[in-house]
Amino acid sequence: MLIAATPSQTAKRSSLVAKGLFGALALSMLSGTALAQEETIKVGVLHSLSGTMAISETTLKDTILYLIDEQNKKGGVLGKKLEAVVVDPASDWPLFAEKARELVEKEKVSVVFGCWTSVSRKSVLPVFKELNSILFYPVQYEGEESERNVFYTGAAPNQQAIPAVDYLAAEEGVERWVLAGTDYVYPRTTNKILEAYLKAKGVAAEDIMINYTPFGHSDWQSIVADIKKFGSAGKKTAVVSTINGDANVPFYKELGNQGIKAEDIPVVAFSVGEEELAGLDTGPLVGHLAAWNYFQSVDAPVNASFIEGWKAYTKNDKRVTNDPMEAHYIGFNMWVKAVEAAGTTDTDPVIDSLIGVSVPNLSGGYSAMMPNHHITKPVLIGEIQGDGQFEIVSQTPGLVVGDEWSDFLDGSKDLISDWRKPMNCGNFNVVTGKCGG
Amino acid sequence: MRFLSILIAALWLALSTAVSPAAAAVADEDLKRLVDALGVGGFSEAEAAINALVATGDDRVSAILDRFGEGDLYTRKADKSVFIAEKAGSDFKLLDPVTGAEAGVVSKGEIEKIKVNNRIRRAIAAAVGSLTLRSPDAAIRRSAAEAVMKSKDAAAIPALDAAIEAETDPAIKQIMVAARAAAVLESDLPEADKIAAVEMIGGLGTRDAMSMLAAYTAVEGPVGEAAASAARTIESSLLVWDAAQNVWYGLSLGSVLLLAAIGLAITFGVMGVINMAHGEMVMIGAYTTFAVQEIIRTSAPGLFDYSLLIALPLAFIVAGGIGILIERSVIRWLYGRPLETLLATWGVSLVLQQTVRSIFGAQNKEVGNPSWMSGSFTIGELSITWSRLWIIVFAMVVFAGLLAVLKRTYFGLQTRAVTQNRQMASAMGIRTPWVDAFTFGLGSGIAGIAGVALSQIDNVSPNLGQGYIIDSFMVVVFGGVGNLWGTFVGAMTLGVANKFLEPYAGAVLGKILLLVFIILFIQKRPRGLFALKGRAIEA
Repeated sequence: MLIAATPSQTAKRSSLVAKGLFGALALSMLSGTALAQEETIKVGVLHSLSGTMAISETTLKDTILYLIDEQNKKGGVLGKKLEAVVVDPASDWPLFAEKARELVEKEKVSVVFGCWTSVSRKSVLPVFKELNSILFYPVQYEGEESERNVFYTGAAPNQQAIPAVDYLAAEEGVERWVLAGTDYVYPRTTNKILEAYLKAKGVAAEDIMINYTPFGHSDWQSIVADIKKFGSAGKKTAVVSTINGDANVPFYKELGNQGIKAEDIPVVAFSVGEEELAGLDTGPLVGHLAAWNYFQSVDAPVNASFIEGWKAYTKNDKRVTNDPMEAHYIGFNMWVKAVEAAGTTDTDPVIDSLIGVSVPNLSGGYSAMMPNHHITKPVLIGEIQGDGQFEIVSQTPGLVVGDEWSDFLDGSKDLISDWRKPMNCGNFNVVTGKCGG
Repeated sequence: MRFLSILIAALWLALSTAVSPAAAAVADEDLKRLVDALGVGGFSEAEAAINALVATGDDRVSAILDRFGEGDLYTRKADKSVFIAEKAGSDFKLLDPVTGAEAGVVSKGEIEKIKVNNRIRRAIAAAVGSLTLRSPDAAIRRSAAEAVMKSKDAAAIPALDAAIEAETDPAIKQIMVAARAAAVLESDLPEADKIAAVEMIGGLGTRDAMSMLAAYTAVEGPVGEAAASAARTIESSLLVWDAAQNVWYGLSLGSVLLLAAIGLAITFGVMGVINMAHGEMVMIGAYTTFAVQEIIRTSAPGLFDYSLLIALPLAFIVAGGIGILIERSVIRWLYGRPLETLLATWGVSLVLQQTVRSIFGAQNKEVGNPSWMSGSFTIGELSITWSRLWIIVFAMVVFAGLLAVLKRTYFGLQTRAVTQNRQMASAMGIRTPWVDAFTFGLGSGIAGIAGVALSQIDNVSPNLGQGYIIDSFMVVVFGGVGNLWGTFVGAMTLGVANKFLEPYAGAVLGKILLLVFIILFIQKRPRGLFALKGRAIEA
């Protein structure tokens, strides 16, 4: 075990320093020697450790390493130790595909945990299909996809966006909506779904304002002023934010600067968690909201022990936990359970036995893998507190099943996904009765 | 059932206070019973309980509600009794919310926090507002009046009337009158009163006033008509303010661009080095600010307001030093080979980014705003944030300082000599390699102090510099290579143009339009706005 762990750590460090070819070379050489000494099950970790996405993805890499560590303490899987193979796709979308191929073809990993942005997921899809391997994807996304080789442990729009809008309409009496997002596929699709949903609920077109900004947008003055203007039409207004990544910090700073309080115009965000708030003074943001399936502040014994273990593993008392980490926690345990049920790490039997697997989630309940390769989760709405944590103000009474094909979009409302036999199809059209959209 | 009994109790208390106005105080037990109701049920029940508390008119209510708003109220699980809980080590000390008496120390598991959301916070603000309209403290009266204005509660009219009568400060009195007008519109007073209220609000001419009126423009009858016409009047006057606001935002964005680009104007503009690592110098400046603040936080918290002033020279030295190091180790071998310089400095930028990531971690770092840079003030309808104002001032000072260094000092003279004619300068005894190194260091150092300013408005992460590098090149090329004034005018023009485009075209399209404009402009004037003339440019 010691022998297996040390090379992978060395490999991790070298891939941090020398990216690309050198890292890959060192990695394959080192893990090759490890293989010769003890047979292990390899687990691929495909998260950016450099570039723009490193801010979010590095934590997920650590999470998987932590989970593997814990599992090995319990004796590993099928009597073998787990060994992490970490690569760095460097926030470069085509590199994701290359690194995925390297993991599956050369490293022969049994499963890969990875990706953050939808574009990186789309980039690796063909690789996983071609080489028939398994990817666990831990981030909330726009839906409209269900692949045989991918298991989606993050939220689909109906597990995050729609309950959040419902909460604002019911609890805050919001009648006017600003849908603000970063300009790429996740916000655009989510906003399309939300727009259709709001209109179906009777919101007039002039009461919806849609605004897109580029990645890393930092000058929010005039957009925030616009939101303020839009909000002064005498109706209660809220902002639904799919603003992603770095742009959030200056956005919230500007809200605070222009004196927009949560009591006046609340902002509900789908990409802002404990990790993102770590770089902010949250004093002026108290009361703004976020919708997730997990918050660090969830009051459950399983969560407390997870946080404690995580802080001990990272040797940092200030490390926070967040929703995508929980998604990896669920996904990893599901994979372990499915492998144990199948008695092998071969792709096909594991994919079959993953459906229906149920494992504890961190909010004190159980999450199950559904036939559409999405999972069941509770939806929580939290308000930002002065200490950078969230206070949960609403929780769905039961679990919500991830809906991959939105019921509110024309192209997808007739589609369903079921990867069990005999259907075995990710986009079955119930109207035409054909598989293929 | 329980809810009903609370209401009855509240009514009874309200009645008893009405009968004998001197006895504003309620018996402790009765008040405690009402406070206990805060912890029962969900948000709507808590809101009802707040209203019941306010109905007592007791002096202690506003203090209790304040603590509630701050999230200090907890329910003791054993008997559902509500207490103020204060952290004492890992346990909590319980205080009776009414009497303030200590009620023992309990562990975290024995109590449960009463949740507060926006709705409750609004209810508390309105309730406390209506209770503190007569407070002796002017600041409290002002925020009370503002809270009541937001709540538009018709029941507050008598309290407002009394407060207006007693108010001596004209500014606060005006807010109270506006609050009363807002409440009148929600009440069932006769139409004439409402029209007077519409006129009163319309006279304010502010965006808040328009927002208040907007809700009534659809109402049938004379009130609706009056509201609609008043809203139209305000709207047309706001148009002017909007334009002024856009100019201000444009200048503010322009000064940020100027700060980011001005160091580049030296390294690229004056020296002709295509420095892709320029953004990383800005980033290093921001991280220096972070490090300074961390040290101040742990060792001398009293100095926090001066953290930026301390960080400025340090950022200049750190970034300038790294700049000189880069020039000596990489760039000096590559003068006159722009393509290689571009690739080499790009490599340097990646190395710097990853180094910072390894040292500080990939997460954003929190750089606090000193108190003199927080918040905003308004001039008419123009809201100006202090941080932006200071950044504009700072950009101007840096620009003027740099101009002075280049035009008025011996070092500046040498720099200009070397950039205009290297051989001649060398022949005159100027040690050109050292001038190159220090000029590059100066450009990098300026980028570093730009980083101090940008840490106040952007997030401090290893990617900070990347966001500015393209914009910086755009400004320098547009303004004219080799001319500081060109950089100044270029930055301001692009800033203002961007802010006027944004509301119509959106942020993404706005940026594209601007790039297209610059491409066309460069076609027409390849040397930018302020082209250098003469033989210097041929060298």
